[in-house]
Amino acid sequence: MDTAKPVQTSHREKSLLQIKRLANPVAYGILYSFLIVVAAFQIYPIVWLFLFSLKNNQEIFNTSPFSLPTQPKWENYVKVWIEGNIGQYFFNSVLYTVSAVVLTVLLASMVTFAITRMRWKASQPVLGLFMIGLMIPVHSTLIPLFDTFTKTNLIDSPLSIILSYTAFNLPITIMILLGFYEALPREVEEAAVMDGATIHHIFFRLTLPMTSPVIATTAIINMIYNWNEFVFVNTFISSDTYKTLTVGIQNFIGQYTTDWGAIGATLMISILPILIAFFLLSNRIVEGITAGSVKG
Amino acid sequence: MNQVMANKKVIFLYVAPALLLVLVLVYIPIVLTGYYGLMKWDGIGEMEFIGLKNYKDLIQDHLFWDSVYHSFLLALFSALSLIGYLMISIILAGNIKGADLLRKIYLIPMLLASVVIAQLWMKIYHPSNGILNHILMKLGVVDPPSWLADPRFTLFAIIIPVIWQYAGFYILIYYAALKNIPEEIVEAAKIDGATPFQIATRIKLPLIKSVIIVTIVLAVVGSLKYFDLIYIMTGGGPNGASEVMASYMYNQAFKGFNFGYASAVGFFLLLICLVATYLIRKLAATGQDTPS
Repeated sequence: MDTAKPVQTSHREKSLLQIKRLANPVAYGILYSFLIVVAAFQIYPIVWLFLFSLKNNQEIFNTSPFSLPTQPKWENYVKVWIEGNIGQYFFNSVLYTVSAVVLTVLLASMVTFAITRMRWKASQPVLGLFMIGLMIPVHSTLIPLFDTFTKTNLIDSPLSIILSYTAFNLPITIMILLGFYEALPREVEEAAVMDGATIHHIFFRLTLPMTSPVIATTAIINMIYNWNEFVFVNTFISSDTYKTLTVGIQNFIGQYTTDWGAIGATLMISILPILIAFFLLSNRIVEGITAGSVKG
Repeated sequence: MNQVMANKKVIFLYVAPALLLVLVLVYIPIVLTGYYGLMKWDGIGEMEFIGLKNYKDLIQDHLFWDSVYHSFLLALFSALSLIGYLMISIILAGNIKGADLLRKIYLIPMLLASVVIAQLWMKIYHPSNGILNHILMKLGVVDPPSWLADPRFTLFAIIIPVIWQYAGFYILIYYAALKNIPEEIVEAAKIDGATPFQIATRIKLPLIKSVIIVTIVLAVVGSLKYFDLIYIMTGGGPNGASEVMASYMYNQAFKGFNFGYASAVGFFLLLICLVATYLIRKLAATGQDTPS
């Protein structure tokens, strides 16, 4: 009687193990194919975009949308590059994005330094003010901004865009920096104070270099937001020379309602820099987005 | 030390520029939006004070309530899609080969500008040459709908690319949170005989609860203020079938030149976003008090 029980259990365990051995590869296979299907769903539309960017209308309207182009029509790319202002839009996107990122990261670093390192009474209320900014929808500010920029002659000027990007990205940037600053040891800064260094020297020569990893993270998250931004440029900018890639291609594509090849080529040109940057910097970008996950 | 780090001039110099920008470009505008909501204004001429008329009209404007309903529908589907992302992330985080590559592939749509996503999906949905209807016709569907022009389908046709765009983003967050769970906890559960399903639902999910709450806030508030794809793909049409709060505000202002009325809509949008954030956080906090 006493020995019967363990034997029974070990039998059960054995059969359980056998089931597991059988089930595991199957379960693993099913789960894995599920993940692959999701990956295909995420990536195939972009592959398809590339395919039709190399076709002419005859091919697009008469052959299967899945077919490869019989002969790649690279002239689609040449055509839209020559006809459109894509080079100018591209330059504007880079200019606005980079200016706003530099301004945002510098100003946010200064605020975070003042809040975490310096002693003043209003530091917490001021921090709260920045944090509430995270929840404010852009659209609730759009009409007054439009009105103010019009009255101050900043409408249709790059400055309105750069300042708006900076103001709306400061809260998220400060939030990401804050965590890093609080974890950063203060000894180096304290020693510098003892040695009689000025605050500006400490901030620019010591703290900023020490925070370079998190600066990279915030710069990337800012870059993605600014590069893809649509509403501000669409509302504040009317001259073609000041448009960014997003709004510029939207208007440019409008004239090609039926020329799929031209539309595809324009879209491909606009996403190529992002895709290249992603392949080079994917780990940093993944890190940046994870850190910036507090903003949608 | 104390003197150096409490230098008022320096503090002012470091904080004032950022604070000024946020006050002038974020806070003063939201106050002005509420104020403009009390005006009759075409955006160019003089403003005329009409009291609460815009807000009263808003309550009776069924087009506006339709847009509120659509925004909430979008929020509901975005929140529900989080369940799918959680499942994918749990599988991914379970020592799957190539997990790193897969989550990077999932992320790619998030890097594309909304203009690109909108234009691409307009082509996918194209009634005769898009891939969707091509597949449907191959499967034997005789007369597949024109997705973006048919009021019955428009809103759902826009929700799909929104989900497509953000899937990788949420998977990334969940994946990072799941990978942060200490190995020992999962190992201990395994030794106690917990099944993978039990480990996922009883151990992993409760441990990343705070992250899940953050993502619910993000998905809901992000949906309530959603604009880009709708504006580019349908402009809120056909006949208001895909109009959401933000697109309704935008169309009222920059197409209808009812800047006063649009301001009232914008102010309402702000209130809804703040209330939604508050409610979700509040609900999450009460949930945390009860022992699980």
